[in-house]
Amino acid sequence: MTEPILQTRGLSRDFGPFRAVDDLSLTIQKGSITGLIGPNGAGKSTCFNLLTGMLAPTAGQIMLNGQDVTRQRPDQLFSAGLGRTFQIPRPFSRMSVLENVMLAPLNQTGERIVGPFLRRARVHDEEARIRARALEVLDFVTLAPLADHPAGQISGGQMKLLELARVLMGDPELILLDEPAAGVNPTLTGILIGKIEELNRQGKTFVIIEHDMDFVMQHCDPVIALAEGRKVFEGTAAQAQADPVLLDAYLGAMAHG
Amino acid sequence: MIGLLSYAVFFTTVASILAIAVLGLNLQWGNTGLFNGGVVAFFGAGAYGTLILGSAAQPDQFGGFNLFYPAALIGGMVVAGLLAWVVGILTLRLRHDYLAIATFGIAVTFENIMRNAEWLSGGAKGIRGFEQPLRDAFGGGLAYNAAFLAFVVAALIAVYQFLQHLVSSPFGRLLRAIREDEGAARSLGKAPSRVRLTAFITGSVIMGLSGGLYATFYAFVSPQDVLPTLTFQIWAMLIVGGAGNNRGAVLGAFLIWGAWTASGWSLSRFAPIEAQLYTGSIQYILIGSVIVGMLLWRPQGLFPERLVVSQSGKPGATKKQGV
Repeated sequence: MTEPILQTRGLSRDFGPFRAVDDLSLTIQKGSITGLIGPNGAGKSTCFNLLTGMLAPTAGQIMLNGQDVTRQRPDQLFSAGLGRTFQIPRPFSRMSVLENVMLAPLNQTGERIVGPFLRRARVHDEEARIRARALEVLDFVTLAPLADHPAGQISGGQMKLLELARVLMGDPELILLDEPAAGVNPTLTGILIGKIEELNRQGKTFVIIEHDMDFVMQHCDPVIALAEGRKVFEGTAAQAQADPVLLDAYLGAMAHG
Repeated sequence: MIGLLSYAVFFTTVASILAIAVLGLNLQWGNTGLFNGGVVAFFGAGAYGTLILGSAAQPDQFGGFNLFYPAALIGGMVVAGLLAWVVGILTLRLRHDYLAIATFGIAVTFENIMRNAEWLSGGAKGIRGFEQPLRDAFGGGLAYNAAFLAFVVAALIAVYQFLQHLVSSPFGRLLRAIREDEGAARSLGKAPSRVRLTAFITGSVIMGLSGGLYATFYAFVSPQDVLPTLTFQIWAMLIVGGAGNNRGAVLGAFLIWGAWTASGWSLSRFAPIEAQLYTGSIQYILIGSVIVGMLLWRPQGLFPERLVVSQSGKPGATKKQGV
């Protein structure tokens, strides 16, 4: 028996006269890898921005683990266990890969200005632990050899892995990945999928926006499809492949180029 | 010989005082990406604050508290910090050029208030009646100036060490992350507004210290000391030295102050009489050219920011890589 980790009710967002997300009610089950698909402009990324507090909804409600988190700030939501990556990676370019990852843990003593001066020993111990953990996580996403590189100079695919590593440092229960495979070479994609499935077995829930249908059909269950801001399909990958509306609205459009 | 020595002491004192202000700006711009276009307001708040608190009473003049010097100097820093707190809260939502314009406007406003609020600041004639601390103990002259230089250099070293420790700490890492991508930092659970405000106030308090020392050195401050030119000079120092690098900030202060005084001296000595009338303007053109040239050809400055890198091996043995 599963239970929902994230739910939305009647979620909508307008940009002027344009309604990007329209009355969207979703339920994400704990422990799932949910695929979120839809043509460009369907509102998938806007949906992520609403779920993570980067945009305020025009209407509707968001529940995380049964708590109403509508209109909470992104930092509050991350603290509550909701992590995300971006469609276009956003590394801290002029910082090393390791620093990017070491930033993420919450409530570091040394992040308050007096910490490094008044609580030297504690900050020192914390840093040692965070560094060790960061190196572990970098190793997990195969980026350990690049720890000292400027994050702005690694490849786009590596940046996607770096974003995953940053999010993992915060140990969120629910991770939203925005096109993790886009622009990533097949080897890295394979690694990424392996890591996602490993983390999923450890209990993490994923919602993945992806255009690569093979990726979605093989690794996501359930699949939710959006079009023009509305949910047009929800079901298993097998059902998605057999659904005439979906085939026409999205997969068909993809097939025709 | 004595003349040369006195000049060297004078030059080093002023350059060191300005270097402190450049370090303050480096915390704001170099590390946090806050474009403070009104450096001189915080420098001036420290200068006026220190003199108002530390000078003897004058007729028809606010102040004259005659405070013990260290208290007056710290008071000046507090005044700068309070100004930064108010400005910071008002402009917290502004970014980049908007923040620059707003802070520039605040600095011009500050100068105008100092020029016109005679009861507070002595107006155009400035604040007098300040006695330099320990003047009698050193008998004035070169001995006093050398002792004051030692004090200024000690302050510079203290500020430098403080900032080096700060930027290599998790707080510094957070500042850089906010500078690089505030939205991404937010998505990782950070609350940038509070951190930006902290960095803005801390940098401004350091500028206030610089202003307080400057006013102590001349035992005088007037609106002429808080003109926008000084903001540009301090920016030029940081850009030339290398934003994000404290060592570069200090070096830039000495280089630009050296170039400024050398150009003034050369112009007065070698330029045709007609041109000497415009010495000040020519200097502004020169400093503007230096900023533009650096930004075009070496935007990272002479001492570029260095990555904080890890040291393989012992965990926790954080290499305090200068930034």
